Amino acid sequence: MINFSFDGKNYTAQKGDTLAAALLRNGIGLVGRSFKYHRPRGIMTAGVEEPNALVTIGEGGRTEPNTRATDVFVYEGLVAKSQNRWPNLSFDIGAVFGLAAPVISAGFYYKTFFGSAKRWMFYEHFIRRAAGLGNAPTETDPDRFSQRAAFCDVLVVGAGPAGLSAALEAVEAGKRVILVEQDNILGSSLIRDPQELDGAWVEATAERIRAAGGRILTRTTASGYWEHDLVTLTQRIAEPGQIPLQGVAQRLWHIRAAKVILATGSIERPMAFAHNDRPGVMLSQAVRTYVHRFGVVPGKRVVIATNNDDAYKTAHALQAAGAEVVAILDARPAPAGADSGLPVHNNAVPLSTEGARHCLKSVTALVDGQAQSWHADLLAVSGGFTPVVHLHMQAGGTLDWNDAAQAFVPAISRQNVTTIGGAADPKPVFKMVPVSKPKKSFIDFQNDVTLSDVDLAWAEGYRSVEHLKRYTTLGMATDQGKLSNMAALGRLAEKQGVAIHEAGLTTFRPPYTPVTMGLLAGAGAKDAGAHVRRLALYDVHAAKNPIWQPLGYWFRPRAYPAGSETLAQAALREAKAVRSTVGMTDVSTLAKFEVSGPDAAAFLEIICATTVNKLAVGRGRYTFMLREDGFVFDDGTVWRLEENRYLLTSSTGGADRMATHISYVRQYLCPHLRVSAVNVQEHYAGIAVAGPKAKVALSALIGEEPPRHMSTVPAVIAGVPVIILAASYSGERAFEIYVEASHAGAVWAACETEVMEQDGALYGLEAMEFLRIEKGHLVVGGEVDGRMTPHDLALDKMLNKTGGYVGASGLSRPALSETGRRQLVGLEAIDGNNIPEGAMLVTHEGVSPQGHVSAAAFRIIEGGSIALGQLTDGFARHGEELIATSPTRGQKARVRVVAPHFYDTAGERYRD
Amino acid sequence: MSRYSAFGLLRGAFNGQKHWQPAWRDPEPKTHYDIIIIGGGGHGLATAYYLAKVHGLKNIAVLEKGWIGGGNTGRNTTIVRSNYRLKPLHDLFEFGLKMWEHLSDELNYNVMFSPRGAMFLGHSDADMTKLAERGDAMRCDGIDADLMTRDEVAKLEPLLDMSRSARFPIEGGLIQRRGGTARHDAVAWGYARGADSLGVDIIQKCEVTGFIRDGDAVVGVETTRGRINAGRVGICVAGNSGHVAGLAGIKLPVESQTLQAMVTEGVKPMLNSVIMSQSLHCYISQSDKGGIVFGGDPDNWPSYAQRGNPMVMEHAVAQGLALVPALSRLRMVRTWSGVTDMSFDGAPIIGETPVENLFLNGGWCYGGFKATPASGWTYAHTLATGKPHALNAPFALDRFERGATIDETGTGPMPNSR
Amino acid sequence: MMQITCPHCGPRAQAEFVYERTVDSVVALDASPEDAMRTLFTRDNPRGVDDEIWRHTYGCRAWMVVTRHRVTNEISAIRAVGPEVLP
Repeated sequence: MINFSFDGKNYTAQKGDTLAAALLRNGIGLVGRSFKYHRPRGIMTAGVEEPNALVTIGEGGRTEPNTRATDVFVYEGLVAKSQNRWPNLSFDIGAVFGLAAPVISAGFYYKTFFGSAKRWMFYEHFIRRAAGLGNAPTETDPDRFSQRAAFCDVLVVGAGPAGLSAALEAVEAGKRVILVEQDNILGSSLIRDPQELDGAWVEATAERIRAAGGRILTRTTASGYWEHDLVTLTQRIAEPGQIPLQGVAQRLWHIRAAKVILATGSIERPMAFAHNDRPGVMLSQAVRTYVHRFGVVPGKRVVIATNNDDAYKTAHALQAAGAEVVAILDARPAPAGADSGLPVHNNAVPLSTEGARHCLKSVTALVDGQAQSWHADLLAVSGGFTPVVHLHMQAGGTLDWNDAAQAFVPAISRQNVTTIGGAADPKPVFKMVPVSKPKKSFIDFQNDVTLSDVDLAWAEGYRSVEHLKRYTTLGMATDQGKLSNMAALGRLAEKQGVAIHEAGLTTFRPPYTPVTMGLLAGAGAKDAGAHVRRLALYDVHAAKNPIWQPLGYWFRPRAYPAGSETLAQAALREAKAVRSTVGMTDVSTLAKFEVSGPDAAAFLEIICATTVNKLAVGRGRYTFMLREDGFVFDDGTVWRLEENRYLLTSSTGGADRMATHISYVRQYLCPHLRVSAVNVQEHYAGIAVAGPKAKVALSALIGEEPPRHMSTVPAVIAGVPVIILAASYSGERAFEIYVEASHAGAVWAACETEVMEQDGALYGLEAMEFLRIEKGHLVVGGEVDGRMTPHDLALDKMLNKTGGYVGASGLSRPALSETGRRQLVGLEAIDGNNIPEGAMLVTHEGVSPQGHVSAAAFRIIEGGSIALGQLTDGFARHGEELIATSPTRGQKARVRVVAPHFYDTAGERYRD
Repeated sequence: MSRYSAFGLLRGAFNGQKHWQPAWRDPEPKTHYDIIIIGGGGHGLATAYYLAKVHGLKNIAVLEKGWIGGGNTGRNTTIVRSNYRLKPLHDLFEFGLKMWEHLSDELNYNVMFSPRGAMFLGHSDADMTKLAERGDAMRCDGIDADLMTRDEVAKLEPLLDMSRSARFPIEGGLIQRRGGTARHDAVAWGYARGADSLGVDIIQKCEVTGFIRDGDAVVGVETTRGRINAGRVGICVAGNSGHVAGLAGIKLPVESQTLQAMVTEGVKPMLNSVIMSQSLHCYISQSDKGGIVFGGDPDNWPSYAQRGNPMVMEHAVAQGLALVPALSRLRMVRTWSGVTDMSFDGAPIIGETPVENLFLNGGWCYGGFKATPASGWTYAHTLATGKPHALNAPFALDRFERGATIDETGTGPMPNSR
Repeated sequence: MMQITCPHCGPRAQAEFVYERTVDSVVALDASPEDAMRTLFTRDNPRGVDDEIWRHTYGCRAWMVVTRHRVTNEISAIRAVGPEVLP
C-alpha cells in the first residue's frame, strides 16, 4: 500500500500503479480540464499519448506541471493536483468558455480584438491567464540532472516481444547492445496481453540479454534521433516530484549507435463522434492494460466501439474481470469471426455519449443506419493503430501508406535504422468516416480542436496540413498530436476528395515525448555552459580581496581597494601610483604566440599589418592585425627573442579568434613556410611593472641594467627564468615579465616586494583603463570595434608598404577610404561635467549622432574629464565643440575635440 | 473580403461560423505578371500587399514552392524590436516597429502584436556601458530605450536569478518597451488575405526552377507549374536566397545556416517580457498559449537541413536556465529549425542585382521576422520604381565589394563568427 | 550532431570540431584585390554537396576538408590539410 494525495485528499495505491491506475482504483474519473473550453476530462489512455489526465506533481522546486497521470508511477507521499481549474476541478468557472464555443471557434482571435496594440494587450492579459495549464515552480530545483555518452553496435528501442527478440539476437551474435524501454517494466504489449506468450519469457529473455553483456535501461525514452545515428535518451531515475536517492533526478544519454532497431509499437486511435471526450471514454487497449496490468476494472457496464479485431480482446478481458459488455459496436459490415456470446453489432458506429456529473451515462450509436442507445459507464474505443514512426522520421526516413491498416509505415531509412514489429506492420482495420455532428467531435482533446474546427479552417482556405495545424492549434498540445494527427488528416483528405496519404503529413521532430529542461541543461545550468578560466595568480589576488571584473572566460582584478575605498577611489590611487612611483598588475590573460623557424618573420608579416622583418634581435614593436576585409581586429606587440624566434602578443578578448586565425593562415594558407606558431597564452603568466620607479625596481629584481624601451632580454627573478619585455600600455617606463605559469607566484612575490619598496601599488583593470586612455592607447572592443580601418585609427603610417599581409586587399575597397568615416579623436570636457562613456556625440540636441565616446576617464594627476571617441571626419575637427549626450542616463557634457593623446605626447617618459 | 470583427464571430455563433470566406483564393497562374515575387513568406506577401495597396499595381503574383508562411515566417521566435546600435539598422527596424503598432487594423487581421517590452540584460559594468551606448544611439534617433537598474529588472521579471554569485550576474538591462512579440503565422496570413483582396495572385506549390532571360534582362520564370512571364522579378526566399539567385547565375554574400528554436509545455504566466542577454546567446519569452519560447545561436556551419542539433539546443537551454532557474522542471515539447541566410555583415540585402529586372530581398540572418512590414514596404518601393527606398539604400548588394558593410557586431565577414 | 572522422584521431563527435569556411571562400595570399574580395564575399552555398574547412579544435587541432551534403549531412570524404610532416 502506497499513500498519495490528489487535490489535497489522501488515497492509497498498489505497488506498480501509475497515478492513472491509482486514481481509477479509487473511483476517480474526473482528473483534468481541457485547455480552451475547460471541459471535464478523465483518463483516456494508459501511456505517454495521454492528452487529458494532466496533473501537477510534486512540491517546491520539484514541482512538475502538466505531468501525464498515465506516465508517473506512484511513490509514497506523491502529491498530485489538478490544474487549469478554478475554484476546483468539479466546479470550474472556466467552463464558461465552453458555452462560448460557438463564438470562439478555431482562429477566432485573428478576427477580433482590433485597435491599438495596447488594447490587444488588455485582452491578451486575460487570454494568457486563461491559457497555459499548470503553474511553473518558482523555487530553485534542488535536484541534479546528469548527462552521459555511450556507444553501441545495436540500440534497440522498445522492449516488447519484437524488441526483446531483436536485442537477444544481436547480443548473442556478439554485438554491444543497449535496449531501452520507456516503461518501468519490460514486455510492452505482453503486459497488456500476458496470455500471448509464456509469462516467464520476458524475464528469461531479459536475463539472457544481460548475461550476454547487453545493457537494459528501463524508464528510458529515446526522445530524439539526430545526425549520424545519434540518439538521445532521457532516463527517469526518480519519478516526477520524487526525491531522488542519489540527488540525480534524470539522466540524458547521447548514444552513437552503429545500428538502431526501432520496436516502438503503435498507439491506438480514438474515434471522432460527439462528446467523445467525456470521462469514461477510454481507448480499448488502455482498458485492457488497466484490467490485466493493474487489476483495475475502469467500468461495470461497457460499450466497445471498434473497427478491428483487437478490441474483442478487451471484451474478453472485461468479461473475465466481471464487467458487463453491453454492446460491441463494430464498424465493419459483416462479423469478423465467431465471437459467440458477445453482443456484437456490425455496421455500427458511435454517434454520441451522454453523461451526468462528469461521468458517462449512455452511448448512442448508429447501427445499420438506426440510432440506438445503451446505458454504460465505460466506452472502450479502438479506431485503429498509428505506428510509432517518430524516430524513423526524425532520422530522415520516408513513409508509405498501408491501406489495410489505414496507417503510415516506415519506408526508406536515411540512416542505419530498421523498424520492426507493430510499428512496421500494424493490424488491419476498417476505414471509417465520421458520421457524427462535427461540433463536439474532438480530435485534439487537450487543445479542444473538433472536426468542425477542421471544417472551418478548410472553408477559410487553410488547406495545407501545416496551415490547418497552425490555424486550429491541432497537434500543438503536450501530447504532440499523437492521437490527433491521423484524425485530422482523414478529415482533410475527405474534404480534398483524396486518399489520406495524398493529403500530406506534418514532420516529426524531436522530442518524441516532452523532455525536462533541467535535463537538457545538465550541469551547464550552473555556469551557463561557460566555464571560468582561473588565473595562475588567482590565489595571490584572492588573498587581497580585489573587486573582480569578468573579461571573456576570465575574472581579473579590477581594483584592490584599501580600507573603505570605493572602486573609483581605489583605481585613481592605483593609477596615481603608476604615474608617480610604480605599480604592478597581472597581464597573464593576454594572447601570446611563439613563432619560430627560418620563415618566422615572413609568416608574421602575413599576420601583422606592420613590418616585422627589420626588427633586430632583442627588439620589439607595436603591431596590429587586419581581418581579410581590411578592418583592424586586434593589436599587440611583436618581439624578436632570437634570430628565428619571435613572441607575438595580442588582446585577451580576441585570444581565441587570433589563435584560430594564426592556425588557419599557417596550416591552410602557408603550409609551405618553415615556421611553427604555438599558442602560449596560458603557458606564460605575465606581470607588468610600470612607473617612473619601474626601472629601479626591475634592476633590483634582475640584478642588471633593465632593457631600454621596446627591447627584450631573458633574465632570472627569484631563481625563475623569465622574459622581460620593455613595453608600456600605461604611458610610463614599463616592463612586462613573462614567466612559466606554474612558477608565477614566486616571481610575483619578488616583484611585489620591490614595488612596495619603491612606495608603489598593485593596480587593476580600472586603473589600467585610466592610464591607457590618458596616453591614448587603443583597446580591442573599444576603439578597435571591428569597423575601423588603420587610417580611421591613425595607424596607417605603420602599415607595411610592401603589402602582403592579410587584409591588404580588403583595405583597397573604395568605401574604406571615402570621407565621412568615423575617426579616432580625443575629447575633453569643457563644462566641468564628466563625459559619459558610451555617450553619443552631437553638434546640438535633436540631431542624429556623428560619433560616440568609446572610453572615458580623468587626467590622473591634474583631474578633468577626458575621453576617446569616434567622430565622423574627426581628424579635421580638432578644436570643435560638441555635446556628449547620454539620454538613457540623463547625463551630458560639453566637449572639445582634441588629439587622442593627453599625456606625454613626445614619449619622454619612456626614456631613461 | 468579408470583414473580420467581433460582430462577425457572434453572427457565426448562429450559423456555425459558416459565413466566412477563404482568406485567399487559390488561382491558376496567369501567363504574365507585371511583378512576380518569388517566396510566399511574410516578406514576400507584405511586398505584394504594399505593391498593390501603396503603388496601385494590380497584376502581381507571389510564387510559393510550398505553403505560404512555411519557411522562417513560421519558424522564428516572434520577437519584434528595433533596438540596434547602428543607424541604418535601427532606422529600418524602427520604421517597421511603427507599422507593427497598427498592423492588425491595417490588415483587419489580428497579428497579436504585444509590445510587452524587449529587454537586454547586462552582466557587468562593461555590458551596461555597451547597453547605454546602444540606448543612447537609439534615443538620439528618436527611438525608445531605457536603462534599467538591477532592481527594476528584478521587479519586471521576478523569476530571473539575481544572485551576485551567478556566473553572469545581472547588473541591469536595456529595455525597449515598444518591443515585444507577435503571432508569426498571422502575419503571413494577414498579408496574404490583404494582398489577395487587392487582386494579388498567391500561387502555392509553385517552385521556381529557372529564370527566362532576354539578353541581360530577366523576363520571366520557369516554374513547376509552367513558364510565367514578368516585368520585374523579386527574390524573397530567405534561406534559399543563395539557391534561387544561383538559378540566375548570381553568387551572393550569403551562407545558409540552421537556426533552431524550441518551446516548452504551456504554463500559467511566468515571464512578462522578452528576455535577451548581452553575454549569453539565448532569448526567452512566453507565448500567449503559455509555452516558453527559446532561441539560441545558429548552428555555426552551413546547412539546409531544417533540422536541429542537440549540442546547440542543450547549450541554449543551459544558458536559459542560468537566467531563469524556475524553467528547470518545465518540459520542452517541440523543436524546429529554419534555414537562415546569413549575410557577411549580419545585415539584410535589399535592392538591385547585377541582372536587369531581377531584385533581391534577403540576407536577413536570424532577424527578419520583425522587419516584415518595413521589408515589404521598402522592397515594394524598389520593385515598383526600380530604385532604392531611402531606408533600404544602405543595404544594397554592392556594399560588400565597395566596403560599406553594416556590421552591427563588428565581427567581420564570416557569419559563423557572428 | 554529426560524427566526423578526423584523419588523425578517427571518428569523433561534432562537438569537438569547429567549422571555419568553405574551400571556395579561401582567399589566396597572392590573389588580386578584385579576386580576393569576390572570393571573400560570394559563396556557391549549394543546396547540396560542398567542400568545407573544419578544425578538430577540441582534439588534435588539425585542419581538414570535409565534403558534406548540406541537406542530408552525408559526409563523403575527409582529407587532412597542412604542411607535410618533414622526415
